[in-house]
Amino acid sequence: MSHAISAPHGVAGGSQHDAHPTTTGIPSRKVALWTLIGSECLFFASLISTYLVYKGKSLVGPLPHTESQCMLHGHLQTCEKIFEIPLVTTGTAVLLFSSFFIVLALYGAQRGNRKMLVGWLGMTVLAGMFFVGMQVYEFQHFYHKGMGYGTNLFSSTFFTLTGFHGSHVTVGVIWLATLLVLAIRGKITPERALNLEIAALYWHFVDVVWIVIFPTVYLMR
Amino acid sequence: MDAHAHDTHAHPTPGLYFKVAVVLFVLTALEVLAFEAGRGGLGPGLRPVIEPIVVELLVVLSAAKFVLVAMFYMHLKQDPRLLANLFVMPLLIAAVVIAALIVLFQYWRLVGAK
Repeated sequence: MSHAISAPHGVAGGSQHDAHPTTTGIPSRKVALWTLIGSECLFFASLISTYLVYKGKSLVGPLPHTESQCMLHGHLQTCEKIFEIPLVTTGTAVLLFSSFFIVLALYGAQRGNRKMLVGWLGMTVLAGMFFVGMQVYEFQHFYHKGMGYGTNLFSSTFFTLTGFHGSHVTVGVIWLATLLVLAIRGKITPERALNLEIAALYWHFVDVVWIVIFPTVYLMR
Repeated sequence: MDAHAHDTHAHPTPGLYFKVAVVLFVLTALEVLAFEAGRGGLGPGLRPVIEPIVVELLVVLSAAKFVLVAMFYMHLKQDPRLLANLFVMPLLIAAVVIAALIVLFQYWRLVGAK
């Protein structure tokens, strides 16, 4: 019958040298990360719902998809639409591919393939940096077009939602870059692949949040 | 026998990961095409067809992407069900919160308009 407290097997394909045995058989750090992800779902739900309930209620521009009247350099002017869809679509595609890169890095880590681990993890870090760079460029572009944080309801809810997501991506990039240094030094062995798997779960979560934000904010008019 | 033995299977192979990545890329391209068609960017003929359903199209496409990443990249398809529950239950609550707030604000807007 039961070996309730047995060797943990939460990760197939990789051993769990530094994982503690638990009554569920799942590494406790993995359960903790999933619990964090669950709470983050509620956090982003509150930001997305705030964006949605104030959508279309701005009294002055700039607005995302249409021309509008806005205050620029102290004068009321006609402002053009603010979104640059091709740029954000590129960032979205890069972030999606980064999820593909990190599963390959994890695959390499679990099988002791250091070249595969370092190569794909490096690609993931680069992709994350590209996305953060895209967002920084987008924010300063909006600012120069006259859209600051407190300009209108759209700008406040937009910057809050995408800014919090961007800060999560930044944390993920720092986390993965740290693991990349450890991988280059040969410290992420198959027995310690759980360290990368947990970071990868966080990274995928950041990706799925963007999968929701991208159409909700940028594509729904 | 281990009580959780049936919950865990081998993670997918790089080939399957690649197939999922291609599908995700195609779905993203479809999202942008739906957006362009809805605003008349792909010709005036498509606009009346796509514009009324563009929100529904985008919701379905992004939900498909969300499920693919969760199932295959986050390994919820293979990992113990407890982990899926830790994710899905808050997701359901999040969906209810979003829907409730939208309905509430629409109600207040209608009441305020009277």
